[in-house]
Amino acid sequence: MVPELGHLALILALLIALVQAVFPLAGSLSGNRPWMAMARPLAYGQLTMIAIAFAALTQAFLTSDFSVLYVAENSNSLLPTIYKFSAVWGGHEGSLLLWVLFMACWGAAVAALSRNLPLTVMSRVISVQGMITVGFLLFMLLTSNPFERLFPVPQEGRDLNPLLQDPGLAIHPPMLYMGYVGFSVAFAFALAALIGGRLDAAWARWSRPWTTVAWIFLTIGIMLGSWWSYYELGWGGWWFWDPVENASLMPWLVGTALIHSLAVTEKRGAFKSWTVLLAICAFSLSLLGTFLVRSGVLTSVHAFATDPARGMFILLFLCVVVGGSLALYAWRAPEVSEGGRFDLLSRETSLLANNLLFVAFTVLVLFGTLAPLIYEAFDWGKISVGFPWFNKMFLALAPFMAILLGVGPAVRWKHDEPMRLLRTLWWALALSILVLAVSYLPAFSSGHLWVPVGLALAAWLVLAHVAVVLERLKNKGGLARMGPALLADLRGGGRSFYGMVIAHLGVAVFVVGVTMVSNFQHEEDVRLSPNASYELAGYRFEFLGAEAVPGPNYMAQRGHFKVYRGDRQIANLFPEKRAYLGGGMPMTEAAIDPGLFRDVYVSMGEAVGDKGDWAVRLYYKPFVRWIWLGAILMALGGVVTVSDPRYRMARAPARRPATSSAGGTSAATA
Amino acid sequence: MKARHKRMILVGVAILGVGAAASMALSALKSNIAYFFSPSQVLAGESPKDAVFRVGGLVVDHSLKRQEDGLTVRFNVTDNAGTVPVSYTGILPDLFGEGQGVVAKGRIGGDGVFYADEVLAKHDESYMPPEVADTLKTAQAENLVESTGKSLAPAAQTVAQ
Repeated sequence: MVPELGHLALILALLIALVQAVFPLAGSLSGNRPWMAMARPLAYGQLTMIAIAFAALTQAFLTSDFSVLYVAENSNSLLPTIYKFSAVWGGHEGSLLLWVLFMACWGAAVAALSRNLPLTVMSRVISVQGMITVGFLLFMLLTSNPFERLFPVPQEGRDLNPLLQDPGLAIHPPMLYMGYVGFSVAFAFALAALIGGRLDAAWARWSRPWTTVAWIFLTIGIMLGSWWSYYELGWGGWWFWDPVENASLMPWLVGTALIHSLAVTEKRGAFKSWTVLLAICAFSLSLLGTFLVRSGVLTSVHAFATDPARGMFILLFLCVVVGGSLALYAWRAPEVSEGGRFDLLSRETSLLANNLLFVAFTVLVLFGTLAPLIYEAFDWGKISVGFPWFNKMFLALAPFMAILLGVGPAVRWKHDEPMRLLRTLWWALALSILVLAVSYLPAFSSGHLWVPVGLALAAWLVLAHVAVVLERLKNKGGLARMGPALLADLRGGGRSFYGMVIAHLGVAVFVVGVTMVSNFQHEEDVRLSPNASYELAGYRFEFLGAEAVPGPNYMAQRGHFKVYRGDRQIANLFPEKRAYLGGGMPMTEAAIDPGLFRDVYVSMGEAVGDKGDWAVRLYYKPFVRWIWLGAILMALGGVVTVSDPRYRMARAPARRPATSSAGGTSAATA
Repeated sequence: MKARHKRMILVGVAILGVGAAASMALSALKSNIAYFFSPSQVLAGESPKDAVFRVGGLVVDHSLKRQEDGLTVRFNVTDNAGTVPVSYTGILPDLFGEGQGVVAKGRIGGDGVFYADEVLAKHDESYMPPEVADTLKTAQAENLVESTGKSLAPAAQTVAQ
């Protein structure tokens, strides 16, 4: 009964979405206020219906109702309760339901938090969101209904894919989807502005906090995915340039370009058409990502067992969305006037360069990801693009990004003098060159050329930002009153500045992590007998043997390792090899001794021979945590930026409603 | 006039930059792609002798053998029309198994053995790499047409499962 209610709620949600897609928009074009006023209640109704459907599916999982096909395929009565809950989005149908749930949440958040938005703009935004929701609900109801029943009812479910039975993966997809779907708000704002023919600073200010919040979620989502694959897959890497990883990276790259170009549009009124184009691209790439994951057109470690009908539907939907929005762009964008002029040496130029680099990198990733499809379409053979190619492309662009990232925040808007810039940054530059020289010494770099480059770039990033912060504080109250000036800045309108600084420092931390782990990591596959040991990178791994240990829904072979540094024992590690009872699928559970400066990592391969020997993989991973720490800092920078009072004027009675926004509170609610 | 010249120079530089970047990316791509060949294509000598490529199919039952050192394994990969022996040193992915689909990346040795340095792992046991599914479909279709004349549909279905 409950699953049918959920199905019914989805159908009602589709009807609401249809109304939502048509009436507020029509009202905004014809000046019909009652139609426009429908937007808010429709957005709330949409959320209610989808929340009911989601609750119905959750209930089916929690009660292990195997008469529902999707539950039977993705759950098992032995599954721990927490994973029964996360199993709701463990498969294709449920993750789509989660997607539309978030879509409805973002829609309702726009409705609730945009009291000061002009009614026409708000109703257009909600309508555009309605259109996207129509597409996704149709997709669900036609090809992937999560409430489909199964007769006869099986005794037991097939179990959740063991790889997904992990806290990291329970929250990775929701974060990622919040980000993907969040870009639909930026997209909807951009389309609303195009429909209205008015792209101005106010529009940029409205959509900025929304875009930043979506970007924060996406950053965290990608970070969790990378971290999860590092500890769960037992392969010790943190990024593989797999098509599905790329699918999440591309919207992130364009989204990053977008938040920077929105800054220019808000502050200087320039780059308007470009910003709109980026907003369209960010969401289109999110959809493309969905298509790549769901259709199985590419070989990927992430690919789900797939159905061509689904791929076809999303491809059509993608064409409609991209084609429609680009057509609207081509029709309307030329009418939008160009904004303020700027000189060659100016903040605008550096942000433009930032955008070009990010877009260039996105194009390369897109090309590398789709190259197998292109080759196949032209009948040039079946290929796969190896990750060394992506690494090369990344390394070709990243140094320029990093150099620019140090200069950009120091340059003034509109016009700057080279000498003034040099006066601010000379010592940062000098110290970075010193770092380059010192880390080039064989004792530090052991001959790896990228080590001095990476470390010097990281130093440059940190020092240049210190210089910029010092200069700002000097201008605020002199060096003597630096402390109070900083506090006043943080309380007042300086938060978006400090958010930027934190996010950029995150990049520096990330660069250090990538440089160190890529050049100094060690990895070895070895065969170990009980009580034998093996030395790797100054750590001695002693294998004490493996024993069988039962888990709630699996049997594990648990190895015991003692790790020594010199004579001192530093860790006991218990890696496992699990066989899950539901599907009989084997799983490696790596054991890691984490540290800020290094991880030591053991994963079990398989038992060899009959004397208790095991093939195991040993890793030494210096500074690997800095990669995720950097991503966390980037996201934190985003949070600080969004908390800037500038974006929170909706709460105070605004004098000029056209320039206020309500996005500031969304960070708290999200 | 001056502004227009400036703009034209900028556009020219941009085009040159994009062109240079694209040609660099493409030439780097050439040395970094790995073509896919089915075992029967490898036996027919269609695969490159001195370049990295991928081979895929089903792991033949009872063909998995562990070498003396405990880390090197040998197994046979088949598309039901031809079979290629594969050697791999290291830990196999969790979902590797006899009778399962597999894609290996590496080089072919002079002894006809494919020395893999990467064996594809997958997330889902019911997932079949599309190349492998294709390979089996073609091979089985040819076989079936020759021997029994049965329709392709059931064969394709077994592959999909």
